[in-house]
Amino acid sequence: MSITVLAPGWQTSVQDGGRRGLAALGVGASGAMDDVSRRLANILVGNMDNAAVLEITLRGPRLRFDADCVVAMTGAALDGLPMWRPVAVRAGTEIAFGTMQRGAYAYLAVAGGIGSETVLGSRSTDIVAGFNAALVAGDVLPIMESSHIQHRDLWRRFHARTATGNFENPNVVATLWSLNPRSWFDLDPHNPIGVIEGAHFAQLSDDAQRALFDSTFRVGGDSSRMGLRLHNAHLGLRELLELVSAGVVPGTVQLPPSGDPIVLMAESPTCGGYPRIGHVIGVDLPRLAQRRPGDSVRFVRAALDEAQTRYLEREHALAALARTIKDRLQ
Amino acid sequence: MNPPRIEPLGDCAALIHCGEAIAADVNAQALAIAHALIDADLPGITDIVPAYASVCVRYEPGAWIGADAQSPFDRLAVRLGALVENAQPVAPIDAGLIEIPVSYGGEFGPDLDDVAAHAGLMREAVIDLHGSAEYRVAMLGFTPGFAYLLGLPDALHMPRRATPRTRVPAGSVAIGGAQTGVYPRETPGGWHLIGRTPLNLFDPARDPPALLKPGMRVKFVAR
Repeated sequence: MSITVLAPGWQTSVQDGGRRGLAALGVGASGAMDDVSRRLANILVGNMDNAAVLEITLRGPRLRFDADCVVAMTGAALDGLPMWRPVAVRAGTEIAFGTMQRGAYAYLAVAGGIGSETVLGSRSTDIVAGFNAALVAGDVLPIMESSHIQHRDLWRRFHARTATGNFENPNVVATLWSLNPRSWFDLDPHNPIGVIEGAHFAQLSDDAQRALFDSTFRVGGDSSRMGLRLHNAHLGLRELLELVSAGVVPGTVQLPPSGDPIVLMAESPTCGGYPRIGHVIGVDLPRLAQRRPGDSVRFVRAALDEAQTRYLEREHALAALARTIKDRLQ
Repeated sequence: MNPPRIEPLGDCAALIHCGEAIAADVNAQALAIAHALIDADLPGITDIVPAYASVCVRYEPGAWIGADAQSPFDRLAVRLGALVENAQPVAPIDAGLIEIPVSYGGEFGPDLDDVAAHAGLMREAVIDLHGSAEYRVAMLGFTPGFAYLLGLPDALHMPRRATPRTRVPAGSVAIGGAQTGVYPRETPGGWHLIGRTPLNLFDPARDPPALLKPGMRVKFVAR
């Protein structure tokens, strides 16, 4: 079983739950930018939480499904397949995915999971570190056997409802039900992103302390999976800070000398020496990941206790959803 | 030294902060804490990252909930505080002395002359000085397998380049401020390049993948 990449789109890569336990060697976690959407895609096809999926950026790839498979698309909307539900695809089907009008990342999970090469215990592509690479035309992605879903059964049970959208494809059928993404997924750039003050927040000038929470930043075109660069309000320090490199994590808001903050994302380095002025809270990191260059970002002050409570609530809700959908797929 | 301070690094990590200096004693304390944490094998800890003067602990908040209203961070911080207090200095890692062969100067070390000029030394003296010192790995970071080394002779300290290079070749041996190190793979970089080693500092297919780890002793040998 495999999927053949006919055209890679803007940047498509394989991402699983990321690398753990190797940060002491300078190896970052990598993984999906919007990891909640990645996990939801896996839930919809009965995969393990950690299974590898395709991360699609801005403009979608053209793919050929070389075997019958069951897939699910989540994240930013793009033409190609019905989203937020299990979809059965016949062997030989070619899908040309469109371009996202809003948002930056979509995820395609395949029942069984993508079985591409693991590097240091993970299939996640780390573009900066050079662990695997973004897909190119001609790549063939092996698909692993699903213990859970049999394509033939699904085809029958989906009542052969053909795909909705801007095309009719007799080789694609989808369930009548779908997941309501509202509580999991948010593309509105006007909704604020929660930030906990970082160790060096107090060293920002009074103006900069206000500006961090009052300004509307703009996502720079120089952003990447490593970090989002935010422009529009130059933040200044009371005095130059000479820091030695210390651990940083995805969500850390660093302030380089330019005064334009950088929010570290999936391919965050393991250490950094810039002032740590804040930390985007865990539940808002996937929402921030969906902001594309030119989108606006506003921060709202968050408390650590509240952030951790919301994080635990999210994990609880995801686990409950996974159980519900697993029953439905039986 | 002041007692270490534990700061939240967002809602899924904590930073144990030993100081704000590049110094052997502070780094030894950070490595001791990292080892104590590894030995303690606390639940839900996904990564322990020692640096010059700190240890970053990444954790899963769900592993640190309890019956009372205490937040996962507060609960973890109590445990970390107790561990930090009892952390014993670790003996130097017994891996002998790692020798790194280096071709100094020329096309491999395009900044050797700049370093010599800055130090007011002949380039041979720079090579002798760099190669005669014994270094200790303080931390790994920046890129997989990149080791920051303590022990660069004072005369060779030099501020980083004003404009970083967009491409530094793999194996480049370099000086940045009070530090020296080797670029494991081609990356951008702002340090001064004085030579190059053929050793592969990081190979994901090797076990362990990184040639160097914190606490190891290192020497450069001119080839």
